[in-house]
Amino acid sequence: MSAPREALPDADGRFGGFGGRYIPETLMPAIAELESAYRSAAADASFQRELDDLLANYAGRPTPLTLAQNLSEQLGPRIYLKREDLLHTGAHKINAVLAQALLARGMGKRRIVAETGAGQHGVATATACALLGMECVVYMGAEDVRRQSLNVFRMKLLGADVRPVHSGSRTLKDAINEAIRDWVTNVATTHYLIGSVVGPHPYPEMVRDYQSVIGREARAQLLELEGRLPTAAVACVGGGSNAIGLFHAFRDDPVRLIGVEAAGEGLDGRHAATLSRGAPGVLHGARSYVLQDPQGQILEAHSISAGLDYPGVGPEHAWLKLAERAEYVSVTDSEALGGFELLCQGEGIIPALEPAHAVAYLPTLAEELGPEDIVLLNLSGRGDKDMGTVAEALGVTL
Amino acid sequence: MSAGDPGDRLARAFARARAEGRPALLPFFPVCWPERDATQEIVRAAVEGGADAIEFGFPFSDPLADGVTNQRAYEEAIANGATLERLFAASADLRAQDVRVPFLIMGYFNPLLAYGAGRFVRDAAEAGIDGLIVVDLPPEEAAEFQALARAAGLHVVYLLAPTSTDERIARVARAASGFIYCVSVAGVTGLRAELPPALPELIGRVRARTDVPLVVGFGISAARHVREVGRIADGAAVGSAFVEVIREAPRERRAERVREFVRGIAGRDPAAPGAD
Repeated sequence: MSAPREALPDADGRFGGFGGRYIPETLMPAIAELESAYRSAAADASFQRELDDLLANYAGRPTPLTLAQNLSEQLGPRIYLKREDLLHTGAHKINAVLAQALLARGMGKRRIVAETGAGQHGVATATACALLGMECVVYMGAEDVRRQSLNVFRMKLLGADVRPVHSGSRTLKDAINEAIRDWVTNVATTHYLIGSVVGPHPYPEMVRDYQSVIGREARAQLLELEGRLPTAAVACVGGGSNAIGLFHAFRDDPVRLIGVEAAGEGLDGRHAATLSRGAPGVLHGARSYVLQDPQGQILEAHSISAGLDYPGVGPEHAWLKLAERAEYVSVTDSEALGGFELLCQGEGIIPALEPAHAVAYLPTLAEELGPEDIVLLNLSGRGDKDMGTVAEALGVTL
Repeated sequence: MSAGDPGDRLARAFARARAEGRPALLPFFPVCWPERDATQEIVRAAVEGGADAIEFGFPFSDPLADGVTNQRAYEEAIANGATLERLFAASADLRAQDVRVPFLIMGYFNPLLAYGAGRFVRDAAEAGIDGLIVVDLPPEEAAEFQALARAAGLHVVYLLAPTSTDERIARVARAASGFIYCVSVAGVTGLRAELPPALPELIGRVRARTDVPLVVGFGISAARHVREVGRIADGAAVGSAFVEVIREAPRERRAERVREFVRGIAGRDPAAPGAD
């Protein structure tokens, strides 16, 4: 296993050949301003105190590390779940949202735009904006508005203006396009609060830093409980923020890092397995892997999970794959539903469909491992939002 | 070939417009749209109407700097089967018919990458293309692509916006070739009633740092906009308004409507239909 030696990204926002800033000129000054605000905040003890206080007393950090007793007995290795599902708003998204909202306030920007797929990032953003008294506009693909009507209602209750996006595939990628168009138009007053480790530099680095609390906590908790590191750290990958958040603390450790992508209907059908089946390209401001046709037009992704339904992936994941520091696998919609049921019935935990993909990979992974091995899984969100989707998939009328 | 070279079609176009005391007019429309084979007819009609250069929009599935007019046209062009091969074939045919105005390709980076950057600049130059405007390729990311393009004899045109700092203007001025595309307003492409009042300030800041021709685009949709631009800059790019004209025209009258629109907005003949 080759551990990365130098700190990435470099000064130009590059992870090897990936990352960078492929954005219209209008946004370049805003990106420079954001990077400078982010660097200042990182060195500012009072910013860090305020963020830590919000994460602890508002969002609910640290989150527990739960030994999945029944699953461990059933599968072999000791399986630990990092319980990001227990955070306020129901997923890990709130970690980076609170930090970016504080940054925006510090830059004097009182208007926030965000994209959302499953609605988790939109809910977290609407929550932070309500808390800090900021205007909040959330762009959401019209197809996702339909699939995630409960989260749409939550965002509206929190005071957000939810705008359905009808262009393109009417999912997450189109919501990002529309959020960027809004940002270009209102850049003087507006911060684009990106929910994943995608987009132009410094977003992939910044969101990683704000999410890496997940892995830092889990690593310390595991050392406390078990006195050793896990054999493998596993997380689902759409854009890749919860996976990077888990992986980052283990980057220099002898720990397998495993990202689980959404294979949708199967890798030969419609899917969202960008790293498994995509090719290098430029989308949404960064060079990374993308799902594209031979002409370089971006393909529509498909996953039962709206949060993984994205034809791109964070540039650091592209680099981790190419450097062979992380492994990327995929599970289908129906396998993910199996993972969902496994955790519901085995542990009494209803996961979101996104981490249900990671859970679904556990039986396969366990075949290579024994009872002496430890597997750390990032349970990035809870499943309340997915009741409608799961019921529909199981043929149940609510 | 480089800016100022007498063999340079772009430099000649700006010089001619300047000599006639008006801004150069650069209509923009997506290739292979409204039908796959519509490109050549639209170019010929635009040139007959007085276009000084043509911007071929190459469609992209995720055009994040474009407003709804161009988004919709791009989606339709992709559905029509727009490819760079078809763009190059149309361009080469037009050159063979002795159409001499400069041709530019305006688009996003990913389709160019997918085609292969080296192959793209070579085939573009061979097809008679003069310059490239890649809206999501700022100079920071363009070093390798610019070197390939220059070696093939193509201009790489960069954009500046009202948000551009003086440092960025200086950087773009150093890298500039052909012209600088000044985005009139912080926003996406699309029709606007009036030019932004801050436009002269941007043009002034850019002009103070370069002698390269300056073209204003985004929101230019009427003859009076073109006249206003002519007082401060060297050219006007007309995109969404032109795209609307093409969309609205019945197919059998399209060439006539395109000629009329370009003639009117170019402002050479204030009595022409379309002039306001």
